[in-house]
Amino acid sequence: MNEEFMGYQRTNGEVGIRNKIAIISSVVCVNHIVQQIANKVKDAVPITHPLGCGQFGPDYSNTLNTLIGLGKNPNVFGAVVVGLGCENISSRLIAKNIKKSKKPVEFFDLQEVKGGSPAAIEKGIILGNRISEEARELKREPFDFSHIVLGLECGGSDSISGISANPVLGIISDRIVKCGGTSILAEFTEWIGTEHLLIKRAIDKSVAEQIHNLLSGFLENLKDLGINFLGVQPTPGNIQGGLTTIEEKSLGSIAKAGKSPIQGLIQYTEKPKGKGLWLMIEPSLDVESMTGLAAVGANIIAMTTGRGSPCGNPVAPVIKLCGNPKTCEWMAENIDVDVSSIIKGEDSVEELAEVLWLRMKKVLNGEKTQAENLGFNDIAIWRNTASPFQYMHCK
Amino acid sequence: MLKQSKNYIIMNPDDNCATALEDISKNSQIQIRENSIIINYNIPLGHKIALEDIEKGDMVKKYGHTIGFATEDINKGDWIHTHNLTSQYLKEVVKT
Repeated sequence: MNEEFMGYQRTNGEVGIRNKIAIISSVVCVNHIVQQIANKVKDAVPITHPLGCGQFGPDYSNTLNTLIGLGKNPNVFGAVVVGLGCENISSRLIAKNIKKSKKPVEFFDLQEVKGGSPAAIEKGIILGNRISEEARELKREPFDFSHIVLGLECGGSDSISGISANPVLGIISDRIVKCGGTSILAEFTEWIGTEHLLIKRAIDKSVAEQIHNLLSGFLENLKDLGINFLGVQPTPGNIQGGLTTIEEKSLGSIAKAGKSPIQGLIQYTEKPKGKGLWLMIEPSLDVESMTGLAAVGANIIAMTTGRGSPCGNPVAPVIKLCGNPKTCEWMAENIDVDVSSIIKGEDSVEELAEVLWLRMKKVLNGEKTQAENLGFNDIAIWRNTASPFQYMHCK
Repeated sequence: MLKQSKNYIIMNPDDNCATALEDISKNSQIQIRENSIIINYNIPLGHKIALEDIEKGDMVKKYGHTIGFATEDINKGDWIHTHNLTSQYLKEVVKT
């Protein structure tokens, strides 16, 4: 199948499906500046977050690498990084690392700009516009699907998701893998109870061991801390939607990843080491997961939902599919592909996979998703670390 | 996967529960595997129906895999949810 899409060639060999200018906060203190710069620059997106200062050790590296990863995402043409000036995750450091992907990158700190915030916003707009003008000269060219890095996501799941939208996405994930592309499944707490099935799909013993160690290690942590995970997963909304146990939720959840062999596990902020299906270590909060998927290079994310979700991502378009007829009607403005005809008995999973494939190709070629139309640019960074601040309490 | 023409779906022939594809009212009848089952509770869209009697401690199967065990006796036609089904996996590993 020699199918093609029209994308943007990056100098490092990667291919984008959007040509965005990322305006990145290095620290929470300048979020308002970043937002206002992004509002005024064509094709700019704000990357704002509540972190960037007072972080150390692995927590520091994780935040830093996520911000760098978002700037390096193939959908980003260039970036402007804004800092305050006194934080330890500096604008200079983020910019220096994004530049390694050979993109135009500018950076500055508010404390170095005479005139405070208004002057900094003005400066950011000038720098952003310069990059944006350059970006508009780049034209789309045809590429094959081996350049696609698909992020798999589900949110607000109900028990309809596992029998409709998730298996539809599973077919598309397998198709991307067959075309030589990459697909990434995150949210490991939604693999609990399906370890035996994932292990069977591991390409070798070492990958199988990694899957086992991750899941049993997590359950050991829970035991050590005396935390009862019943009541955390499935979530109250999942339970209302008919999902009773984590096993049931997980069986539906991993259907998104189809039947392809599992090439390996990657850390949050770590790029897949090759093509095919990969598992990313991330717990299960949708926005944290999609931030991570974009930071490791996903150029498109497909998100299934049952009860409905609005979430988007600043750099990777999020295409939403939903199998619940009530949600498709109530939240039509948030849903890209309505697959509720599966449970109405009108269409099969395979037929709807074809519908998703066609819609996805349009999105790859530039058609905006509902989350893009609504301007949703959600960012949350998973703080995956032991920190001296954890478990502080009065004694 | 076959197209569904019923108001429930059974994901795997080994399953002992079905999933409601619309709200199914109490006392209505559904035809499953040549058997007629009377529904004992109002079952909302997406929720599970017992296809056979399931004894306390027995496994509940969906997608052809165990999704947990019954915490009380479940009758054919009953609604299966958190009041009578719990995770086997988390119960085994996390003893609280």
